[in-house]
Amino acid sequence: MRPLRYSLYAALLLLYLLHNDWWLRDNADLYLGLPAGLAYHALYCLATVALMAALTRYAWPFDREPGNGPEDEA
Amino acid sequence: MTIAVIFLYLGLVMGIGFFSHRLFRNTGEDYFLASRNIGPFVLLMTLFGTNMTSFAILGASGEAYRQGIGVFALMASASAIVIPAIFFFVGTRLWRLGKRHGYLTQIQFIRDRYQSDLLGLLLFAALVALLIPYLLIGVMGAGLTFEQMTDGQIPYWAGSLLVCLVVFAYVTYSGMRGTSWVNTFQTLVFMGLGALAFVVILNKMGGLEAAMAQVAEARPELLVRGDNISITLLITYTLIPVSAGMFPHIFTHWLTARSAETFKTPIVFYPICMIVVWVPSVLIGVMGTVDFPDLQGPAANSVLVRMVDLHAPGVLGGLLAAGIFAAIMSSLDSQTLSLGNMFTQDIVRHYELRKMNESQQVLWGRLFVFVILAATFALSQVLDRSIFQLGIWSFTGFASLFPIVVAALYWKRSTKWGAFAALFATTGSWIYFFSQGSKTIAGTDIMAVTATMALSSAAMIVVSLLTQPPKPAVIQKFFED
Repeated sequence: MRPLRYSLYAALLLLYLLHNDWWLRDNADLYLGLPAGLAYHALYCLATVALMAALTRYAWPFDREPGNGPEDEA
Repeated sequence: MTIAVIFLYLGLVMGIGFFSHRLFRNTGEDYFLASRNIGPFVLLMTLFGTNMTSFAILGASGEAYRQGIGVFALMASASAIVIPAIFFFVGTRLWRLGKRHGYLTQIQFIRDRYQSDLLGLLLFAALVALLIPYLLIGVMGAGLTFEQMTDGQIPYWAGSLLVCLVVFAYVTYSGMRGTSWVNTFQTLVFMGLGALAFVVILNKMGGLEAAMAQVAEARPELLVRGDNISITLLITYTLIPVSAGMFPHIFTHWLTARSAETFKTPIVFYPICMIVVWVPSVLIGVMGTVDFPDLQGPAANSVLVRMVDLHAPGVLGGLLAAGIFAAIMSSLDSQTLSLGNMFTQDIVRHYELRKMNESQQVLWGRLFVFVILAATFALSQVLDRSIFQLGIWSFTGFASLFPIVVAALYWKRSTKWGAFAALFATTGSWIYFFSQGSKTIAGTDIMAVTATMALSSAAMIVVSLLTQPPKPAVIQKFFED
């Protein structure tokens, strides 16, 4: 699991860097009715959701933590 | 009509708070942390609602009115990645240590980790000092919104007082459980009503594409980031949401989680909440330039209210006001309760100013909540309203203290002297930049938080390496995995 975990950490860093959308600086096109700069960042948020879902599934550090079992969710 | 809807809403909020009291156990842990038994959905709603102030609704549309759609990248999508990452890497670990060692506050953790009473006391002072402007912004925002939305029928002082009284009622009566339930309701309210207002306005303007076409004709520069927000500002502004990792009220909410698994829902769905609230707020602000082209200065912050008033007056105006109060109170209650918790645990109980049993902890907590709200209300009546500008400085300070917590969690070699150095570096650099009166560095677009965080981190690293490592027993206690 370790290589996958570090790959996901690297993906998080990459996504953070992709926040800087310099290539859309003056793009006034509309996508789905939204200006390109806004549509990009709305999609960026959705990409963050996907990455966070992967992190919580494949890089969750608490699997063996006592007190995290389903019985504690009742 | 507007006033009736607002009062109905405030009554509903108090009702939920009072209803939650049925589960109340008269212990400090229950009053301050809801017995560490909050589930995933309520945790998501409380964490999001607590982080969203009135600024997210009014300020975002005002900023978009001035600077265009780039505001979403600057303030929303940056938070959408930084804050869940902090929940993942920091929140879950603090929750685990809090549960294992019985911590109720940040200061208890820092005191224990670095084995220093003085460090805890100084950090306590810094956190309280930074939180006061944040509290004031909420109370002042409530007063101004009341005054504006009722056309002065409810004056500024009465609006501020009313919100303080409502928060006081449910926070003192029901503690953290009531606060979390009310926050969940309020977060759903401001998300739902914001979306409703957006749909109604959009329909009146002929749909999204038609509205964008009107903006493109009137103010095309607002539909691109362009020169409004430079790339250096965009990059360095991403450090501002780091402040969430050091907010006492966020820390307290982390400790309320039922298990580590509970964090998964907030970590994954926080960015969705950001989209739901911020996309409509930013678009309404931009579209407002078509109907209200001449709003200058602070008047731009009223663009959302004006748009609702123009396109959907009546009941929707009242509902929108309720949504704004929801955003304000969902932050104010958590901040007040966490401060009450800190004064009770970190001062009165820690220094044994009073021997107290469980029910006396609750009593002291309630007393401090009253004192904090009374003091905030009094200050909101006498201070200049330019205090709104202090918000960014509050965030800068919290973000700059964050390296102390990160080092405490991840770096075994970090020492109390390193933490002292980081605290002093933050204080010194913060005072310097604040006295310069500019949130950016020397005429550039680089946010001052970049320098204050860098200095704080450097101080932590250098001084830790130059001083004696922590005792093995301490390392064992905090890094036994």
